[in-house]
Amino acid sequence: MNLSGANIDFTLLLPEISLAICGFAILLLGVTKRGKDFGFGLGLFGLIAALAFTVQQWGTLETGFFGMVTKDGFSSLYNIIFLLAGIISLLIAQTYLRAKKIDKPEYYALVLFSILGMMVMASSYDLIIIFIGLEIMSIPLYVLAGFHRFNPKSNEAGIKYFIIGAFASGFLLYGIALVYGAGATTDLRLIAANYHSMAQQAPLLLYAGVALILIGFGFKVGAVPFHMWAPDVYQGAPTPVTAFFSVGPKAAGFAALMRILDFGFDSMDEIQSVLWILAVLTMAVGNILALFQDNIKRMLAYSSIAHAGYILVALTVGGEGAVASGLYYLLGYTFFNLGAFAILTILDTRDGTDSRFSELTGMASRHPFLATLLAIFMFSLAGFPPTAGFFGKLYIFSGAVEGGFIWLAIIGVMTSFVSVYYYLRVVVACFFTKADHPFQQVAMNPYLALALIITAVGALGLGLFPSSWIDLSRQAFASFL
Amino acid sequence: MDKVEIYLPILIMVAVGALIATVLMGLSVLIGKRTRSKVKMQPYECGVDPVGDTKHPVPVKYYMVAILFIIFDIEVVFLYPWAVIYDSLGMFGFLEMLVFVAILITGYFYILGKGALKWD
Repeated sequence: MNLSGANIDFTLLLPEISLAICGFAILLLGVTKRGKDFGFGLGLFGLIAALAFTVQQWGTLETGFFGMVTKDGFSSLYNIIFLLAGIISLLIAQTYLRAKKIDKPEYYALVLFSILGMMVMASSYDLIIIFIGLEIMSIPLYVLAGFHRFNPKSNEAGIKYFIIGAFASGFLLYGIALVYGAGATTDLRLIAANYHSMAQQAPLLLYAGVALILIGFGFKVGAVPFHMWAPDVYQGAPTPVTAFFSVGPKAAGFAALMRILDFGFDSMDEIQSVLWILAVLTMAVGNILALFQDNIKRMLAYSSIAHAGYILVALTVGGEGAVASGLYYLLGYTFFNLGAFAILTILDTRDGTDSRFSELTGMASRHPFLATLLAIFMFSLAGFPPTAGFFGKLYIFSGAVEGGFIWLAIIGVMTSFVSVYYYLRVVVACFFTKADHPFQQVAMNPYLALALIITAVGALGLGLFPSSWIDLSRQAFASFL
Repeated sequence: MDKVEIYLPILIMVAVGALIATVLMGLSVLIGKRTRSKVKMQPYECGVDPVGDTKHPVPVKYYMVAILFIIFDIEVVFLYPWAVIYDSLGMFGFLEMLVFVAILITGYFYILGKGALKWD
């Protein structure tokens, strides 16, 4: 075997390697008597090290390991999103896990391994590697969903997510096999180059394959009609895990979808109409069903489905500008959604809470600062200026109009008006509803405060300086054209 | 798509298999002698009298051992092809396999430490 052309360069994988080493160290230390308390610190250390290596890789464009690993601006930006989501969800996790008496070192190792999988997914042009990354990401997530072992709802979430996830992986793998059958390659660069001859020789295999791949990722990002699992899993899983779920795997799914649809199968025009329908359904169903929820976690689950719909709009339009606005939106979503979940996690550390709307009454007078932050995150989710949510939606929908998808933009704006109702419901419950019983005090600590500061600064910073961030996303996207 | 013919032997194989199975079963239904006794109609259970409910709880330890077995079984599956082309991979292949085995050994120490292999 000739290894000379392989470009085996382990510095490319330094972020992934640092995550893996820290994950293993947490596991091994976790079985010793004294090492149990190192989980949180080591996990945070691994994530920050990986973030440093990723930032260092920014701007490079290098391919290694027989073309299987590609580090470009696109993968770097996505990896930063995953790592930020990991850091924030880790910061909010420890307090919650201690309060629920499930603070085990395995939690931190599983989060690290899952992020490792996401990073693999975003860093490859090869369908097989994307699939392997997806599995590395998903298997720890199944365990994390059921991490609250003695809570039946958490168990249900774990089992449900596992079954649906395994099912989706099956679809995806079958799709990859059919695409391989059509073109005898799993490399997206070769597929993009030979697309027309493939479409001529084996159209049926190709279309069926792409449809199955789309279904597989549709499950992962929670696009309607593949969203059924999301509300139950989001509600049942421990709250910091839900926070991680709503951002990490979703972003990873979109990373893979962008590479596959906007690069590999860029020439397949029919995909646009399929994505159009998916986007409209996802926005409409997510936003409308969120109106009827009594549980905030469930409401945020439907809201995260709706947000996947907005990003699908960007994917439908395609091209540099639209996908860059999708990336910007995803970055902003990471901050404001995690911020909302961070506050929810803080509220959930109290005993006997079930994240109902009624539990929020009186929060503003007891914790004015927390309530104000929650309002900021809700405004951002709803898309009010000057938050990241507003500019994200503005870029996505104006991109849709420019691309000639006027109806898509109209439907998107209308559904997002609907969403204002249920986001403001949270604010109203906090500030304007008379409490019939005193609000139960919550405890703060530096980690929670740090998570809140990061998310608030991100949500507002991206909104106050949108153009520099959109340029960054453009740069990232340009690297893979 | 023009190479479909190479799958013809498989198709013939499937057809012959199905044919043999149907013919043999059919023949035994047609010309076989049937005696129905209570013992004969019992579900087959390795010669033991079937007793009680089939939904018998099995200790979770069995599943644990089975899953752990599969992990190390898969390890061997990867070791075989590696061993076959060991010469051409050289030192690089050896080191890579060491990394792979080291990862699995980490897992092994983890399950040992957790006491997953303790039967009692």
